[in-house]
Amino acid sequence: MDSTIFLLLAQDALTNGAIYILLALATILIFGVTRIIFIPQGEFVAFGALTLATLQMGEVPGTVWLVVALAVVAAIMEAYRLLRMGVSREIPAAVARTLAPPLVVSGIAYVCAPLNLNLGWQVLLTVMLVTTLGPLVYRVAFRPIADTSVLNLLIAAVAVHFALVGLALLFFGAEGFRTPAFSEAQIPLGVLTVSGQSIWVYVMSIAFIGLLAYFFGRTMYGKALRAVAFNRNGARLVGISPSLAGTLAFALAALIGCLSGILIGPITTIYYDSGFLIGLKGFASAIVGGLASYPMAAGGALLVGITESYSSFWLSAYKDVVVFTLIIPVLLWLSLRSVHFEEEE
Amino acid sequence: MSERLLAVSDLNVRYGKVEAIYKASINVDRGTIVSVIGPNGAGKTTLLNAIMGVLPSQGGIEFCGANIGRLTTEQRVAKGMCLVPESRELFAQMSVADNLELGAFTRYRRGDKGIKQSLDEVYELFPRLLERRTQLAGSLSGGERQMLALGRALMSKPTLLMLDEPSLGLAPLIVKEILHNISNLRSTGVSILLIEQNARAALQISDYGYVLENGDIAMEGLSKELANDPKVIESYLGMGGAGQDRDKK
Ligand SMILES: Nc1ncnc2c1ncn2[C@@H]1O[C@H](COP(=O)(O)OP(=O)(O)OP(=O)(O)O)[C@@H](O)[C@H]1O
Ligand SMILES: [Mg+2]
Repeated sequence: MDSTIFLLLAQDALTNGAIYILLALATILIFGVTRIIFIPQGEFVAFGALTLATLQMGEVPGTVWLVVALAVVAAIMEAYRLLRMGVSREIPAAVARTLAPPLVVSGIAYVCAPLNLNLGWQVLLTVMLVTTLGPLVYRVAFRPIADTSVLNLLIAAVAVHFALVGLALLFFGAEGFRTPAFSEAQIPLGVLTVSGQSIWVYVMSIAFIGLLAYFFGRTMYGKALRAVAFNRNGARLVGISPSLAGTLAFALAALIGCLSGILIGPITTIYYDSGFLIGLKGFASAIVGGLASYPMAAGGALLVGITESYSSFWLSAYKDVVVFTLIIPVLLWLSLRSVHFEEEE
Repeated sequence: MSERLLAVSDLNVRYGKVEAIYKASINVDRGTIVSVIGPNGAGKTTLLNAIMGVLPSQGGIEFCGANIGRLTTEQRVAKGMCLVPESRELFAQMSVADNLELGAFTRYRRGDKGIKQSLDEVYELFPRLLERRTQLAGSLSGGERQMLALGRALMSKPTLLMLDEPSLGLAPLIVKEILHNISNLRSTGVSILLIEQNARAALQISDYGYVLENGDIAMEGLSKELANDPKVIESYLGMGGAGQDRDKK
């Protein structure tokens, strides 16, 4: 391996690592706030990239129908819950609150899809659609069982994963897509040319991580999410409801997944089931941080990115095997240091 | 007589098959301090947790004239109730300032503009919290933690403040200071439901008192009268507090 290849692989490692950092953040956020080990995080990535690809072709993405269907199911569940609590007069308002945002978003997407808007608007539509998906998935699949064990929540998460992959196959077909790059530029940097898209990935992920840091460190809602993750009972006593926090966490996770999908869409071909492996690498990074530490997870994400990139050079067929095998010593080391989780309550 | 703020009637709370509170009825009027005293394991903490909705219960709980028995804890907070639990439940990994700010979460959602001012008031009440505002809550001393718990509760501007042993584990001098602060709160219009091991001090600062024994209200009356009741004196106010380690079974 000469130095050019070395640097080329390093560039790859950084690009992927940046994406894994984002996904690891989302995984930790959801686990902290809701105790859900959220396997389908990668599906938001695939839905992001593929929704954008479909919009590019001037077609209405299936995501629109999924959002509508989930909103209807969520509204029915909400009505049923209120009926059982004996407060049926609150039903109309609650149903309207549940239906309105998803229907508005999917309506806008439906109308705008055939207009062949420019890339920026299509990205915005995609982000709106997929971000809406997050809270709906939470409302339909997880909120009714929010108080069960971590294991039950994990099982539900696996079920959601299979459902979303199946739906993605239905909506987008078995064919892979590559979305157009935000920038075609090739920037010479010494012996290396850096693609404009890689720069986009770096800049966007750093900017987004900065935004998240601001959100969690400085805003009331960000602090509230951290408070729920640290101390669920304490959070309830100051009036932060677990379902509000869960909804917010899922919206953020979907947003993060969708942005990651849009960023890597031009670099990798994304298939309906590509999300799983990408999400799993984000998850592996989060594990390095014990599902709790953001900085350690970021380190983990870079480690995963580097391992993946260099093993793809020597052992390309086995690169995923190498990546996940590498997690084992890390897990061993962590368990020896006994950084582990006690289940609450 | 002033207006009724909290009316708990025939409240039952059970842990599985164990009956922890049986047909307890207590009232808190606006602008008063009401104390609940009783031996360890009598069910005082259980009572407060049930009123706050942390534990499920049967019976009537009315707050400001409305039945709140079905509301979640968060909804009760939004209605103006606030509990400082025995375990404090601070956000140990967050700063003192963040803990205080989060106390006003419900007000923030409502768009209340007075949060900054409340923060200044809490810092004025507890200058030590101001000095330590960037420190993590988990690294505070026991007494500072009690101040933070009380301050965080005040940040929600409660109508009814429920305190579960605010002087737990504190040096006598600080106990005096904390209880003094609590009795001063009454003048700001807050009503207080107070649980205190230190029965003498509790009866001193409260208007009305209940004695809870084995999940039952055994006695009630004006605090002044309770403090002079021979039975109360013998069990709770006597030297060494002979009744204090009597357990449920
Ligand atoms: N989670 C629980 N499960 C079962 N029993 C419980 C539980 N919590 C409390 N109890 C029991 O309920 C009774 C009342 O407990 P509680 O904590 O309310 O007492 P307390 O009056 O606050 O006592 P102390 O003065 O020691 O704080 C006790 O007998 C206790 O053992
Ligand atoms: Mg107690």
